[in-house]
Amino acid sequence: MSFFDKFLNKKKPPATIAKERLQIILAHERVSLAPNYNSSKPNWIDLMKDDLMEVIAKYTKIGKEDLKINIEKRDNLDLLEINITLPEHHDGEE
Amino acid sequence: MAKTIVVTSGKGGVGKTTTSASISTGLALRGYKTVVIDFDVGLRNLDLIMGCERRVVFDFVNVINEEVSLHQALIKDKSCDNLFILAASQTKDKESLNKEGVAKVINELSKMFDYIICDSPAGIEQGAYLALYFADEAIVVTNPEVSSVRDSDRILGIIASKSKRAEEGLEKTKTHLLITRYNPERVKLGEMLSIKDVEDILRIPLLGVILESPDVLQASNTGIPVINQKNSKASECYKDAISRLLGEEKPYRYIEVEKKGILNKIFGGSR
Ligand SMILES: Nc1ncnc2c1ncn2[C@@H]1O[C@H](COP(=O)(O)OP(=O)(O)OP(=O)(O)O)[C@@H](O)[C@H]1O
Ligand SMILES: [Mg+2]
Repeated sequence: MSFFDKFLNKKKPPATIAKERLQIILAHERVSLAPNYNSSKPNWIDLMKDDLMEVIAKYTKIGKEDLKINIEKRDNLDLLEINITLPEHHDGEE
Repeated sequence: MAKTIVVTSGKGGVGKTTTSASISTGLALRGYKTVVIDFDVGLRNLDLIMGCERRVVFDFVNVINEEVSLHQALIKDKSCDNLFILAASQTKDKESLNKEGVAKVINELSKMFDYIICDSPAGIEQGAYLALYFADEAIVVTNPEVSSVRDSDRILGIIASKSKRAEEGLEKTKTHLLITRYNPERVKLGEMLSIKDVEDILRIPLLGVILESPDVLQASNTGIPVINQKNSKASECYKDAISRLLGEEKPYRYIEVEKKGILNKIFGGSR
């Protein structure tokens, strides 16, 4: 919201609110409903996992099972949790 | 071999039957041999919109149950030689549609026609599922409104994963977005999702935008598909969509708010 919008106390147009709400709920539903739909088509969590693996691989070696991603709904917010288990003798801090 | 196109939406009352009637009529007027099937078993309406309700003797379920031949059940359109209607059954329940039966009918039709248009019922139950299952292409009818957009997204997920093409790993079902009941004035006021908003969210190619128009009610009252109404913007919108479906490029008309002339402004002309 721009300074002037605030100044004039202008509310967001209803269509903008509708679009934002849809984008949030559909991002969530595409993930939560996707596995039942289609296991062959990767959802964005899988895609992000691949990207993260690539970045982590630059610094240390981990297996795919060491990276866990979880989405949780809490009241009115979505929590994205990323858990990385480092190997016992990781060579990250050189 | 016919091309099978489902008209689907998830949400009810968004304009699937209106669209099925106009798209099938439009294709037939372009010279393609077309059949339109009502999958809304128990709640048939396509016959009314096509104006052939009094000529329905046998229906889709009779054919599936092999009580009559396909030729006995196909109803020839009153104004268009290339167009046939296969009505839904009014008496039987939705479970009377089964995959094998529908497959057989579609197979047989596909030897006789260029296009098979499937008018899907609302929801994601058996009837809606079977309507989209065999489709080569899908027209996803969406109103610029939150629940309709959400349901369209859900239907797109089902097409992408549970259709025959998905199950057999064939080329993906081609999907088209058809925005209906669009009101440029309300979009300009920020009260209604814009074309771009809906495109941004659903991310499938746009086939057409059909204006909210009193002509649609007029069309259903008289049993003449709106595409056949004279001097109607909604009719022109459907004709443009047909052109795009056939691969032609068409600019989008009527999607901006019309500038009113000075006289119109003073006297507040109607539509
Ligand atoms: N472009 C439009 N402008 C104005 N009214 C419309 C438009 N399209 C559809 N309608 C109206 O919306 C109502 C529902 O249309 P229609 O029966 O085509 O929807 P449907 O998706 O087939 O419904 P159902 O899910 O019950 O099968 C009808 O009253 C129809 O006249
Ligand atoms: Mg309908």
